[in-house]
Amino acid sequence: MMDWFVELWQAVPLGVQTVVIILLQIIAIVLPLMLCVAYLTYAERKVIGAMQIRMGPNRVGFFGHRLWGLGQPIADAVKLMFKEIVIPAGANRGLFLLAPVLSIGPALAAWAVVPFDAHLVLADIDAGLLYVLAVTSIGVYGVIIAGWASNSKYALLGAMRSGAQIVSYEIAMGFALVGVLMAGGSLNLGSIVRAQEGGVLHWFWIPLLPLFVIYFVSAVAETNRAPFDVAEGESEIVAGFHVEYSGMAFAVFFLAEYANMILVSGLTAIMFLGGWLSPLQGLLPESAFGVPVIGALLGDGIHWFIIKTAFFLFLFLWFRATFPRYRYDQIMRLGWKIFIPITIVWLLVVGVMILAGLPPWFDGA
Amino acid sequence: MPEIRNYTVNFGPQHPAAHGVLRLVLEMDGEVVQRADPHVGLLHRATEKLAEYKIYNQSIPYMDRLDYVSMMVNEHAYVLAIEKLLGIEAPIRAQYIRVMFDEITRLLNHLMWLGTHALDVGAMTMFLYCFREREDLMDMYEAVSGARMHAAYYRPGGVYRDLPDSMPKYTETKYRDKDEVRRMNANREGSLLDFIWDFTERFPGYVDEYETLLTDNRIWKQRTVGIGVVSPERALQLGFTGPMLRGSGIEWDLRKKQPYEVYDRLDFQVPIGVNGDCYDRYLVRVEEMRQSNRIIRQCVEWLRKHPGPVMLENHKVTPPSREEMKSEMEALIHHFKLFTEGYVLPEGEAYAAVEHPKGEFGIYLVSDGANKPYRLKIRPPGFIHLAAMDEMARGHMLADVVAIIGTMDIVFGEIDR
Repeated sequence: MMDWFVELWQAVPLGVQTVVIILLQIIAIVLPLMLCVAYLTYAERKVIGAMQIRMGPNRVGFFGHRLWGLGQPIADAVKLMFKEIVIPAGANRGLFLLAPVLSIGPALAAWAVVPFDAHLVLADIDAGLLYVLAVTSIGVYGVIIAGWASNSKYALLGAMRSGAQIVSYEIAMGFALVGVLMAGGSLNLGSIVRAQEGGVLHWFWIPLLPLFVIYFVSAVAETNRAPFDVAEGESEIVAGFHVEYSGMAFAVFFLAEYANMILVSGLTAIMFLGGWLSPLQGLLPESAFGVPVIGALLGDGIHWFIIKTAFFLFLFLWFRATFPRYRYDQIMRLGWKIFIPITIVWLLVVGVMILAGLPPWFDGA
Repeated sequence: MPEIRNYTVNFGPQHPAAHGVLRLVLEMDGEVVQRADPHVGLLHRATEKLAEYKIYNQSIPYMDRLDYVSMMVNEHAYVLAIEKLLGIEAPIRAQYIRVMFDEITRLLNHLMWLGTHALDVGAMTMFLYCFREREDLMDMYEAVSGARMHAAYYRPGGVYRDLPDSMPKYTETKYRDKDEVRRMNANREGSLLDFIWDFTERFPGYVDEYETLLTDNRIWKQRTVGIGVVSPERALQLGFTGPMLRGSGIEWDLRKKQPYEVYDRLDFQVPIGVNGDCYDRYLVRVEEMRQSNRIIRQCVEWLRKHPGPVMLENHKVTPPSREEMKSEMEALIHHFKLFTEGYVLPEGEAYAAVEHPKGEFGIYLVSDGANKPYRLKIRPPGFIHLAAMDEMARGHMLADVVAIIGTMDIVFGEIDR
């Protein structure tokens, strides 16, 4: 049986083989990602519930067991799938349906260059950082087109707000990434992580602290999350750009938002907190990492990447439970008048630090 | 070249920030509001007209449903107007109970306001924190009147019943084990007064929590400072009352200026604002909650020491006890007359106003000597505040309109009546 499969595989032309392998790899990334998205919504409801002294979902489970409501995301997904996608009479049908696709596409595509650990990366391209910047910028088209195609005033307001906001914060974010690029000396995300080798004090979050904070705050703004959620501003413009969407079309926006959250959390972890690197490096003796199972847990690996990402995701939820919403013009002011000047100044500081070869970050390379 | 036109947005009546059924037609230049035109009447239930066809006591429950987040204070104004025309006064214990529940109601209202205002501005957690405390306050309502919201507890000549000696308790269920039930019942072992006392001990700490989340929060300040500014002169001209007026820096509180019931015997302060913006009104209301807490404590202390009647013995107006009815024909007749045709008010008119959590809530009553009012006019504070919507919102952004609606503390039950 096995031989038969191997033979069949070898009979396939080489080009097709590559394509099939890549497709399988994509599935291996996207499926767990979608599962993460589903359970991120669950985590959000539970975490915010705990912060708001209530339970969160705790009824829907599996096979008659409640299991703290773990079945809730699945139930939600099934419900949304069976709902009708209402297309408003005045809407532009094509664009209306294109918008959710445009918004989830980039959110998934950006994962291609994310290094999960030293070897686990779908496309180890040299311009990884540029690719991420370029791809995530496309996401805003989904929002703008959704707002425009809905032919609704509230949706249009939401789309305009979102467009202005994302474009503004892209700049601050870009500048913050320039700092990372300077510090890491590479556009390849894997190399950036490797440049941070050597324990928690070697990571870029210390020399790039202002950029780190600005990048993460901009990331919150980029993903339209509280307190920057003016694009959907629940109490102002109801749901903003996706006010007219229902069923799975709405769910796709929802998935895109959460996939983006995970993505920017992961990127923050990679660029400022050393991605898959273990924080214990340099703290523990080298021999500790040699111990069979414990050593693997303490040493570098994908689990550190996941823990760091989860930490930033938790911050997202914490912000949402704590802060009131900014006003649209205040967000603009924060982006243009505070973040961009700070990043520019800090780029100069980073330049000086690199020239001076400040240890422990910039002495080796 | 086509002309650039402003466009109008229908803000409500189906809108999360419309606080019920406000329909606001906004003329917008981009995000900036050029004109705000509030449309009211979607919750009109003709309370004033209905009252003309009911004997006096039957309209008390209608009063609960005017401003449905400060139920007993509405009743208070109505009951006071009737008492004024009848020339009677409730027993002193009833007056203390009324004042205590007025202040409990003020907490109910301000907590509701704080929760929804913060929710409108985006601070979601405040809403749930406020509702945690409202739950206890509602339990007080329930213990005293049997209803969690629409109490119908105040009556001309006193209050319906004396305060209960025991609180209802939680029982064990499938989902609540013994320990949890004991924890939940910990402050319910004594009388209602003990329960209220326990609440007033805890409540200042809760207010501190709210202030931690909001008062010095930069985003909260950015969203409220300088928004919806009303100058003191303009506030007077517009007929503002309550926290809306005090936020503009005018010290005006009916509890101090024309004390009714026992407010002149109680020690409390009236906070006022400086700038007349949303932030000052927020501070005024938060401080009012602390002052209400003080008043409640004073009332509890007094009520513990002074038992006594809570209803007048004048059975032309107040019902006789069931016990008397079993043995005395007079009592039976009184009961029958009272619950069929009610009592008549002498010909004349009276205006009674109370310091409602939202402002001056007044009842203007005209009697032609019948057992029903000839005319009942309600002076709702919210209606007058809402009339200033255009003035307050003009030139601000869409998001500020939401903050302004929030700061007005609008409830449509009283505006549309």
